Amino acid sequence: MQLYDMPDARGHFGQFGGTFVAETLVEALEELRVMYEKYRHDPVFLAEYAYDLKHFVGRPSPIYHAKRLSEKVGGAQIYLKREDLNHTGAHKINNTIGQALLAKRMGKPRVIAETGAGQHGVATATIAARLGLECVVYMGSEDVKRQAPNVFRMKLLGATVVPVESGSKTLKDALNEAMRDWVTNVHNTFYIIGTVAGPHPYPMMVRDFQAVIGIEAKEQMIEMVGRQPDAVVACVGGGSNAMGIFYPYIDVPNVRLIGVEAAGLGMETGKHAAPLTANSPVGVLHGNRTYLMQDADGNIIETHSVSAGLDYPGVGPEHAWLKDIKRAEYVAITDDEAMAAFHNLCRTEGIIPALESSHALAYAEKLAKTMSKDQIILVNLSGRGDKDINTVAKLANITL
Amino acid sequence: MSRIQTVFTTLKQQGKTALIPYITAGDPHPKHTVNLMHTLVKHGADMIELGVPFSDPMADGPVIQRASERALVHKVGLTAVLDMVKTFRETNQTTPIILMGYANPIEAIGAAVFADRAKAADVDGVITVDYPPEECGNFVQQLRSRDIDPVFLLSPTTEPKRVELIVNQASGFVYYVSLKGVTGAANLDIVEVSERVASIRKQTNLPVGVGFGIRDAATAKATAKIADAVVVGSRMVQTIEASTEDNLLSNVATLMDELKAAVNAAGE
Repeated sequence: MQLYDMPDARGHFGQFGGTFVAETLVEALEELRVMYEKYRHDPVFLAEYAYDLKHFVGRPSPIYHAKRLSEKVGGAQIYLKREDLNHTGAHKINNTIGQALLAKRMGKPRVIAETGAGQHGVATATIAARLGLECVVYMGSEDVKRQAPNVFRMKLLGATVVPVESGSKTLKDALNEAMRDWVTNVHNTFYIIGTVAGPHPYPMMVRDFQAVIGIEAKEQMIEMVGRQPDAVVACVGGGSNAMGIFYPYIDVPNVRLIGVEAAGLGMETGKHAAPLTANSPVGVLHGNRTYLMQDADGNIIETHSVSAGLDYPGVGPEHAWLKDIKRAEYVAITDDEAMAAFHNLCRTEGIIPALESSHALAYAEKLAKTMSKDQIILVNLSGRGDKDINTVAKLANITL
Repeated sequence: MSRIQTVFTTLKQQGKTALIPYITAGDPHPKHTVNLMHTLVKHGADMIELGVPFSDPMADGPVIQRASERALVHKVGLTAVLDMVKTFRETNQTTPIILMGYANPIEAIGAAVFADRAKAADVDGVITVDYPPEECGNFVQQLRSRDIDPVFLLSPTTEPKRVELIVNQASGFVYYVSLKGVTGAANLDIVEVSERVASIRKQTNLPVGVGFGIRDAATAKATAKIADAVVVGSRMVQTIEASTEDNLLSNVATLMDELKAAVNAAGE
């Protein structure tokens, strides 16, 4: 029996979540809420979703025992949930397929998306191409620069990429711009949000589509080692890959759930993207109430992370809730620590991880050292690092 | 009777429609805001909508977002905006001031503290774009208990049942957003707006203001025929953006004169 039952009917996780939007969006969100309620348990819809996950994405993604890494680190055994092996190279596609199938059923021929690292944009462009939908992706102009390969991939897939020049020119501004497009074109447009943030029903819906990660992992761990891991570790920007693997584990006792935020240049410098670790105040942004990095006037402050996908001043409302009820723990890893973990996985296991996922790996290494050899840490390896080679090369002063 | 009510009652007796210009506090520089407010009044503003700068103005178009960015360069936050209202009130005790902004700056200090400070600054109404009635808790009560009018937006997509819910929370007036989209977007369909306003009037006796998409004398005049108030935002901000320090006040005065003549002509 599922004991954990969140959110409430209007999308609240305790004081977090909700629908904090302008009146112009209320009706669109209500339509989406009703349609999602209609299809979330519909066997035909779910069968179509499952078919695409298997035959288009290549699920289930394997779990891999990183033996050499575990030996090198010393301590607990590190297992990786290989979301990096999905079609398009990250977990993002699990969600975009679900939402795009919903868009089809709602008769919306145009989909839009915001993207940070570009993974969600690529995943949206991919499913849009496959279903014959028009696709527009909003991306902060800073991110367009640091994630050039993904911008090109989106264009190859037929999407229009719109660089966003406002504000900090990163993920949050791309989200603002996508919301504006949606308000204007709601009659023919479905907004595919890429993370467990935004107004209700997005945090719940994205979590549900990503929960396939944790559902598979629970079965696979039993098959592989006959038990569940002692800890599940995942990186948190908005928090979709973490929610996806955490959610099916919430009711499983004795499994620690650990979300890893980006400490950027260090928590003490203020240049980070870790609202939970920093005990940031509660506020309202992008349609929901959550912990937010902000100044005394309530303006959102600029964040920093080497990884574009974690560079977000808020966090999904369900993570805020899981922190408050102490079901999940949240920690932060610096740019440097993440880079070290990135290289470590490349060299010891032959896997190039995304810089986002490298944050989870870095914390898993720290944690493993404090545990015994018969204990198990499951890391959600949320994406592969091909998109990051330019960033990594630049940091090492190498010209490609 | 509140200042907002007084203005609407007086204008109604004269068969006139209110003109409400919008400016973002602190744009183009905080030193100009109070002067701009007095200029607006001198050239026909019946009330002033004063925008509170916010880093992420999701419901606004690029014009008003840039105004927020210009103001935030000078760190104009909610406290600074309330100080500007206080200064304005030193020489003007009659023109209603309606603050328009987003929820987070209010959440940052708390609804009750905000309501106290707004009262102390002698603010008349508050529009909080991303606080729909279902989510704003006791905010409405906090404002009303201090005789500040909570003003809510209605959109082309708001169903009659929701209109009911919203007008029951609102006081002062309701603000009909005449377009789907953000501030400063495309063209106004005056026939559609007219039908919607008529339908809103069946559900409330509150005055109905109309805004979004009113950008010149013609649209102001057409809107003035059907609404109790005409709100002009992006056009006002564009004029401020295109001005220099030297012609800022005169450019704004010229635009106001043009709009005021159009709004008054609607009643003739």
